[in-house]
Amino acid sequence: MAFKIDSRVGVSTAYRWRQILSNYVFLAPVVALNLIVIVIPSLTSIYISMTKWSGLNQPEFVGLANFDRLINDPIYWKSLSHNVIWTIFFLTIPVFMGLMGAFLLSGIKRFQMVYRVAFFIPYVIASVVNTELWRTLLHPRHGIGAWLAKQGIEGFDIRVFGSKHTALYGVAFVDSWHFWGFLVIVYLAAMYQVQPDLYEVAILEGASRFQRFRHVTVPGIRPTLVFTLLMIMIWSVPAFDYIYLLTDGGPAHASEVLGTYLYNMSFFRFEVGYAASIGVTMALITACIVAIFVILRRRGWEI
Amino acid sequence: MNRLRSGRTETTAFNHVILFLLAAFALGPVLVLFLNSVKTSEQIAQNPFSIPTEPRWDNYTVAYERGNYANTVKNSAILTGGTVIGVLIVGGMGGYALAHLEIRGANVIAFYFLVGTAIPIQLYVVPLFFLWKNFGLLNTHLGLIIIYCATSSPFATYLIRSYMVALPKEFIEAAKIDGASKFQVMTQVILPLSWPGFLTTGLIVGLGVWNEFLIAVTFMHQPDLKPVATSLRAFQERFTRDWGLTNAASVIMLLPVLILFLLMQRRFIEGLTQGGMKM
Repeated sequence: MAFKIDSRVGVSTAYRWRQILSNYVFLAPVVALNLIVIVIPSLTSIYISMTKWSGLNQPEFVGLANFDRLINDPIYWKSLSHNVIWTIFFLTIPVFMGLMGAFLLSGIKRFQMVYRVAFFIPYVIASVVNTELWRTLLHPRHGIGAWLAKQGIEGFDIRVFGSKHTALYGVAFVDSWHFWGFLVIVYLAAMYQVQPDLYEVAILEGASRFQRFRHVTVPGIRPTLVFTLLMIMIWSVPAFDYIYLLTDGGPAHASEVLGTYLYNMSFFRFEVGYAASIGVTMALITACIVAIFVILRRRGWEI
Repeated sequence: MNRLRSGRTETTAFNHVILFLLAAFALGPVLVLFLNSVKTSEQIAQNPFSIPTEPRWDNYTVAYERGNYANTVKNSAILTGGTVIGVLIVGGMGGYALAHLEIRGANVIAFYFLVGTAIPIQLYVVPLFFLWKNFGLLNTHLGLIIIYCATSSPFATYLIRSYMVALPKEFIEAAKIDGASKFQVMTQVILPLSWPGFLTTGLIVGLGVWNEFLIAVTFMHQPDLKPVATSLRAFQERFTRDWGLTNAASVIMLLPVLILFLLMQRRFIEGLTQGGMKM
């Protein structure tokens, strides 16, 4: 009798284990994919960053020499500073336009859907198409500038992407034209979560449109607002497509960012070890951004 | 009260003016792209905003042929279709596990999905290139599909999970009492109920693959296997002075996306804003 109960307990424990393990079978494919494509190559990158390697010969371990070179590489610092400018650009202009668009949309009912679709269309268009479109529009002899010059408004027929003074801002403008409509939709969704009676009170107390925006809307959507700012900072680190397609970092590194610098270093100059060290610093920058966010949150910031 | 009401009508008029300007800013350039796609370079140079008097539809047939679109669209369809199917299977299983099965360390996996999407692609693209070279996956559609599946799977899993969590638990319990296995619960109860989640996820992932550039340009050098995005890039570089032609080629790539978006814009907007913002 006792033996029988024991064996039944034994079976049910094994059964229970099998049940729990079988749960993980469902997760195994997605985890395996991410390990093979993202996690393991990312860790390998840390090792490669400590080697001298062209991608063809045997990697030669050189310790931290690549990072030493990086600290003394003016192009690296220039690229990094462009990433900072890029981030600041995206944290201000598209965010302002997104907030404005969403606030104005939240105040109307008619045609709201039409506007939403219109704002969102550039966001679903491919980078290869958007860059082609703006390369035509901003062409010094065929584009808007040339057209304005013909109407007698001089000074805009410049080579936006070919001049070292305007290349970076020109590319950032094109990329943010594609991006800001996305923010409108995100902020609009958040604004609908704000208590309507807060607006009623504000109106009764005679608050102007701007005051309502400043004191009701912005505090009301603060979690979403802060989250989008965090995402913009994280997304700005690997910025690549629009820059690569419009200027490839040129002229003379005037619009070079870390993403394009790394890409050309590994696939055109075959300095794979050095490129990996740039990639490692990009990951560290992202980690710092996330860490600051987490620390601020732990300290009680309502974000 | 009267003053309040009149104040409100003023408000919406102001809203509409600014919103119209913003919409013109968003759509104007796209409209110009369409107009210029049926002009010659000379006509574009004369006035990029003019309405074409004699539309040159030839631009489209020439772009379609010289851009080898019959082939590149097929390639993009294989990549998009393959990735969407792969991601929905993998993400569906993962989403089901996270939503309805007992998983110890589910927090760790959710945390990875958050951090995993923040990892800059440049950190792993170079080692992955050499790994794929060794596996013989470079310049193959399968190689690209695997990468796309991996990079979009955290988002897909998360989005599908959010749809599955919302399903009533009673259905699942009832099926379990009837003796259904976990696999049967997934395929016969969860799947039929959460198909809107799969549709939304599939649309977003498909859009991403169709438009994707960096991975395609890095991992696919075989000209006849290239997707639309990178062959359009090559086309633009080849016909760099023929604006009408390159604009027409761009419209060909844009058109399927635009039509699908206009037909299903609610799903696109819902999926893109949720996936991007609720991770």
